[in-house]
Order: sequence, then structure tokens, then C-alpha cells
Amino acid sequence: MLLAPLVWAIAVATAYFFFARTWWFPPPISQHGLAYDAQFNRTLLVVGIIFILAQFALGYVIWKFRNDGRRAGYSHGNNKLETLWTSATAILFLGLVVMGSKIWASVHFDEAPPDAMTIEVMSKQFAWNFRYPGPDGKFGHTDLKLINDSAGNPMGLDDKDPASKDDIVSASLKVPAGKPIKLILHSRDVIHNFFVRELRLKQDIVPGMEIPFHFQADQPGIYEVPCSELCGLGHFQMRTTMQVMSQAEFDQWMQQQQAQK
Amino acid sequence: MSSPVAHPAHAAPQGFIKRYVFSQDHKVIGIQYYFLGLFSVFIGMALSLLMRFHMVNPNVTVKWFSWLWPTAAAGGIMTPELYLSLMTMHGTIMVFFVLTTVPQSGFGNYFLPLQIGAEDMAFPVLNMMSFWTTFLALVVMVAAFFVQGGAPLSGWTAYPPLSGAGRITGPGEGMGQNLWILSIAIFCGASLMGAINFIATTVDLRCKGMTLMRMPLTCWTWLVTAILGLLGFAVLLAAGVLLLLDRLAGSSFFLPSGLYISDQIITAHKGGSPLLWQHLFWFFGHPEVYIAILPGMGVTSQLLSTFSRKPIFGYKAMVYAVLAIGFLGFLVWGHHMFMSGMNPYSALAFSVLTMCIGVPSAIKTFNWIGTLWNGKIHFDTAMMFALGFVSLFVTGGVSGIFLGQPALDLYFHDTYFVVGHFHMIMGVAAIFGMFAGTFYWFPKASGRMMNETLGKIHFYCTFIGVYAIFTPMHYLGLAGNPRRYSAFTDVEYLGKLIPVHTFMTYAAYFTAAAQIIFVINLFWSMKKGARAPVNPWNATTLEWTVPSPPPFDNFAGVHPVVYHGPYEYSVPGAARDFIMQTDPPQVQSEA
Repeated sequence: MLLAPLVWAIAVATAYFFFARTWWFPPPISQHGLAYDAQFNRTLLVVGIIFILAQFALGYVIWKFRNDGRRAGYSHGNNKLETLWTSATAILFLGLVVMGSKIWASVHFDEAPPDAMTIEVMSKQFAWNFRYPGPDGKFGHTDLKLINDSAGNPMGLDDKDPASKDDIVSASLKVPAGKPIKLILHSRDVIHNFFVRELRLKQDIVPGMEIPFHFQADQPGIYEVPCSELCGLGHFQMRTTMQVMSQAEFDQWMQQQQAQK
Repeated sequence: MSSPVAHPAHAAPQGFIKRYVFSQDHKVIGIQYYFLGLFSVFIGMALSLLMRFHMVNPNVTVKWFSWLWPTAAAGGIMTPELYLSLMTMHGTIMVFFVLTTVPQSGFGNYFLPLQIGAEDMAFPVLNMMSFWTTFLALVVMVAAFFVQGGAPLSGWTAYPPLSGAGRITGPGEGMGQNLWILSIAIFCGASLMGAINFIATTVDLRCKGMTLMRMPLTCWTWLVTAILGLLGFAVLLAAGVLLLLDRLAGSSFFLPSGLYISDQIITAHKGGSPLLWQHLFWFFGHPEVYIAILPGMGVTSQLLSTFSRKPIFGYKAMVYAVLAIGFLGFLVWGHHMFMSGMNPYSALAFSVLTMCIGVPSAIKTFNWIGTLWNGKIHFDTAMMFALGFVSLFVTGGVSGIFLGQPALDLYFHDTYFVVGHFHMIMGVAAIFGMFAGTFYWFPKASGRMMNETLGKIHFYCTFIGVYAIFTPMHYLGLAGNPRRYSAFTDVEYLGKLIPVHTFMTYAAYFTAAAQIIFVINLFWSMKKGARAPVNPWNATTLEWTVPSPPPFDNFAGVHPVVYHGPYEYSVPGAARDFIMQTDPPQVQSEA
């Protein structure tokens, strides 16, 4: 009996924090982010209604049909109702998937635009490296044997290759705002995951694979990148940042990097 | 079909060892599984409390930590690797040794033969071996704590290369990980034996009149769970052997070339695929979710009907829903891998199939509420847990509608949203199913009733407690909190979420403390509980026709004959508000 109001109270409390947005996504910084939030809100609306209705119905039957000495009704079910709610659920669920599939397609089926800037990402236990091709626009040769973390060559760049010599390696990601970016994701040891909340994007980085991944950030700022696939004891510390800046600032940063080489 | 089949009548064995240790009696084996699960759940719960403590106090010294783990918690401060090994073992022990063993092997062993009118399981010796193999697997698993480097830190999913490249990927990835894989392989063997036994028993040993469509829904869920186990554990066993070969024999099933780990170039491996492991693991891992939850759905159906004194709403729909869940359960494993780097086109197929599996789950929920509708609900503790199951099943189910969409998974994958989702549905909902089963069947197995007052207090504390622990995890997921972090000190935005973690930690302490009430109730009632009658709940199924506890050969040599469906409650014109399945046919009923 007490259970009915308790179920209601729990349902209301659970839903309250969703609708009050007490703990919430950070604001999106891309077109994809806006589309993502719209799909999330649609789903939240459908799920919220189902959740509240189901919990309230449960509470209602608990309260209404408690044992008060009457005899229970006798029924083995109702095929019409059964068909009705089965098809309603199927339409709702599949509808949501279909609506969301556009977002997935734009992330994974569409290629990065041809003018995208390519950056190679190399993750390792427990740090990040981002490699820019330098003025020649080419990523040069690398070799596992040349990897030397303490000497500042975490990616094993081969200085004998001129294409490698001008490559820039940075421990944090810097990208110009409003420009499409194509990442090539590499891991040198175990599986890691590239995640930027503000981009609403996430992708595992698997050793032995080169995974392309594209996005465009429009809003300048510094955003955190926490590793999001268990990678070992330092997993919780494997953090870097993505700085989105204006094209001018980015060019300036790039020049500084070149000068320091 | 009752008399000529399967096994010769056997008299009760004499002697303590044959009777209670190496017993072939399905009832004793069921109880053995139950207590193995009870032991495991307390280990798993203790590990979770240590994890929750560490997450909010990562740098606090606790003297006795250094007594327990002289190296991994030297000086009394838990290291991150210790946290990860506690996490790995928490997940593994809970999933395999609690959620897989108790609902199926525990309750199923005890009550499947009774509910279908059989004298025992089809293969009693295999049944005994299955239990003792499970026991061996548990011993090997727990041993991983005590070897050099401690327990593995790669999580219960053990993704290679982290789990495959050996000690260089982290402490615990040496002997600890070997023992973990070995234990899982042994466990798979035990589960396969159990699955074959369940299927054979259900197919061959039903008594006269017990057609498939007169079986209680519990038996249906045990049958489908056994089929899932047979197909799923076979694949996991193969995957485990391959991973062990990669680690010990230098093969490269899961390890690619070009690895550079701990300042070493790995030359021993080339050409393997880390994703292959994920496919094999989740081909087992997703059906495993249903292995954990289906028997709970069966128990809930049985109890909602019994305690609301109404036939189950849509019995056939319930059976078809269970079959559909079992079938589709093998086609959705890819939704664990949307972010893994697999072909993104396949994600859409997996997503559509995942939403399809939501439909039979929704049917079950509707039918449960339909069963309660216009009923006459008795609020015994067993029923409270069944009602709690429905609430948790809804809550844990609807969050799946977010996660089943690859587009939304772009944010939620590997966040606390996922942790909240699967703990709600596969964790606590399944555990509520176990509590419901315990309170419902305890009188039959022990001959005594459990204490209702303690039961109600335990129920309310646990119900509020689990919501307090697991609901906030969804909010953490919205805020982007990654899972499997041992501390929230190094990512700036996580610092702001620590108060939520602190709240969850206190909620976990509270809920764990409330379980003491259950243990007291269980053991006290065994000794001092009120004597149980043959049929304390006025239920209809066959186990309520035999004495409490039942004699060694269940039906004392008499072969029961079934004339009615399993849920004939409140039949108009009948003298009582229930018709037992074995009541003579002149008693009016539909089925």
C-alpha cells in the first residue's frame, strides 16, 4: 500500500532532475551538437512519457486493487489491447531510430569535406599526441624503433624524412573554429577513446586500426578530452584539452610551433 | 509420458557426504547454488563498497587497507590499479557467480522438476558435476586476488590488448588475468552442463498433462535461459581459450602488429584483431543479460498472478515474448560496440534489432500491469519484491531507448549513464527477482515461513536504496562522467560532480547495511520461523502439492497428472479462488 505513493514519489523525483537539468550536457559547439541535442530531447520526451505513465499505472493498480475482500476479476487477457500496445511501442521505438539515423550517417557515412584539415591522433597509456603535417601538408615516415618519449618523440618521427621533419606534435589538440577537421585515430598500445562532450562525439581508438573521424567546431574555447575507454591504471588521468581558436590565432600558434622546432 | 522415462527411481542416499556435499538431488544442488551465490553476492557487494569509498576518498589513508593489500595499498592508500582490480572482480563475480547462478541454477534446479512433476533433473550426476565445477571456477576466480600483481584490471569485459599483452599493460595483467580467464572457461563448462540438463529435463520429464502451454512461466524462462546459456557460453569458452593462447602460447588472435607498450616494441604478435574479441565476447555478453533477467521475469509473472489472485494477462503473449527475447537476444550484440570502430553501417542494423527487442520487453510490462488490474492484491514481502521488480524493470528498460540509438551513444557510451542502465535492469531488477523467489519459495524449501516484518523493512530500505544509488548515475552520464575512473581529480568538470558521487556512496552504505536484515531473516527463519503449510500462498502449481520440504523423490512415487493451466485464479463458479493444476478436471477451468 505504502508502495504506491513511494513508486509515484520516486518517478517524480527521477523525472524532476531530468527536466530541471540540474546535471546536464555542456552547451554544444557544433551543428552536429545541435542536431544531437534535438534528437536527445525528442527521445527524452517519448521516454519521459512512457516512464511516468508506466510508473504511475503501476502505483495506481497497487493502490486501487489492493485486497479489500472483493473477489478478483477473471480474465486471461485481451488480444486487441495486446496488438494495440505492441504495435504502438514498435512504431515509437523504430521511429526514434529512424530519426536518429541521420545524425549517425552524418558522422560516420559522410566523408570529411575535401578542404578538411587532417590531424593524426596517437593515444598511448596514458597520454595524447596530436600530429600536424606542417607546411608541406604531408605526414612523414614514422618508425616504432624511433619512439622515445623522454626525448620528445612519442610518435617515432623519422628526422631523415623531410616530410617528417616539419611535422608538429602537440600534447593537446588545437583546431581553428569553423573549419572541418579530419582526425586519423591511432593507438600504440591498448584501446583508448576520444571524447569531447561539447562536440557530442566519441570514438574508440583501436591499435592496429586507423579510424577516420571528422567534425567541425564553431565555438572558440578550451574543452576537455577525457579518455573514455578503460586503458589501465592511469585511465582516470588520461586527459588533454581541445582548444578551438580563430583561424588567425591558430596560424600564429602553428608558426610558433614551427619556430620552436 | 511420466513413467517410462529417463532415470530409475532412486532412494535417498545415506551419509552426510552423499546427502549434502556430493549430492545428486536437484533440491540440495539448488540450495548449494543459492548459497554459492549468497557468498558471492556479499563478496561482490563488499568490493563495490570499497570502490565507492575510494572514488570519493582517493587519497585517504585507511590502516587496514595496507593489511589486506600490502603492496597495492601500501601505507593504507588504495592505488588506482587496486581500484580497477576491485572493479573487475566486482563485475565478474556479480555477473557470473550471482546473476547467472542463483536465478537459473539455484531456483531453477530446485523448482523446475517440482513444477513440471518430475522426480529429479534428467541427469543427476551431471547436475552434481555442474555445481562442483562452478565451485571450482569460483575458487580459481578468488585466487586471482592472491597471486603476484593481484587481480586483473581489464574489467569484466577484458578487452585486449589490455587483457592480452601480458604484465606490461599493468599490474594484475600477469597471473591474475590468466586465472581470471581460466575461471571463466571453467565456469563456461559448468554452465554448458547445466544448460543441457535444463533443456533435457524440460523436454523429457514433464508429467502427464503438463503440455508446454500449461507450464508455469518460470519454467518457460528457465528453458529459454538454458538455450541462451548453451549457445552463449560455448562461444565465450572458445573466446577464452583463444585469449589464453594469445597470452601463453604466443598466438595472435586478438593482438595486432605494431604494438609499443611500456617502452617495448612487441614483436611476438601480429595480425590479430582486438575487435574480434569484442564480437565474440558480446555474442555471449548480450544473451548473458537475458540469462540474468529472464528467470526474474518468470518469477515476477508467477508472483503477480498468485498474489493478485488473477490469471496472468496474456499467457501466450508472455511465452512468445520470452521466446522473442531469447531469439533477438542473439542479434543485438553489436549495440555494445557502436563506438568500437566496427563498420558503422552495421550499427544501424543492430540498432533496429535492439529497438525490436524492446517490444517484447514492453509487452511483458503491459501484461504485468494487466495482470494486476482488477486483481485482489496481497502485499506479502514476496509480492512486494515482484512489484519492485516491475518498477525497476521499467526504469532500467527505458534508459535503453537512449543507448540503443547509435547517434545518442556518441555521447553516452562508456559514461555512467550506461552503468546506471545496466545496474538497474540486469543488476538490481534481477536481484529483486531473487528476493521475490526467496520469500516465495523459502517455505517450500525449508518448511518454515520467513518473517514478514523484517521482510517489509528490508524491502523498503532496499527499494529506496537502489534507486538512490543508481538513479544519480544517469545524471552523471548526462554530465559526461566516464565510467571506470578511480578518481575524479584530474578532469576538471568531474570535480563538480563529486557531491553526486558522495551521495551515491552513502546510499550504497545504507543499502548494503539493509542487507544484514535479510541475512538475519533468512537464517533466523530457518531455525525459528513459523511452520509452513503445504500451500501457504494458495498457489496453483505443482510444487505446492507436496510437503514442505518435499521428500527426496518429490512426489513420493506418485506420478502427478495435470488437468489445468498454471494460473487459474478466481475462476467464476469454483469453490475456492484457485484451481490447482492437479485438481480433477470436473473443477471448471478454461485451459
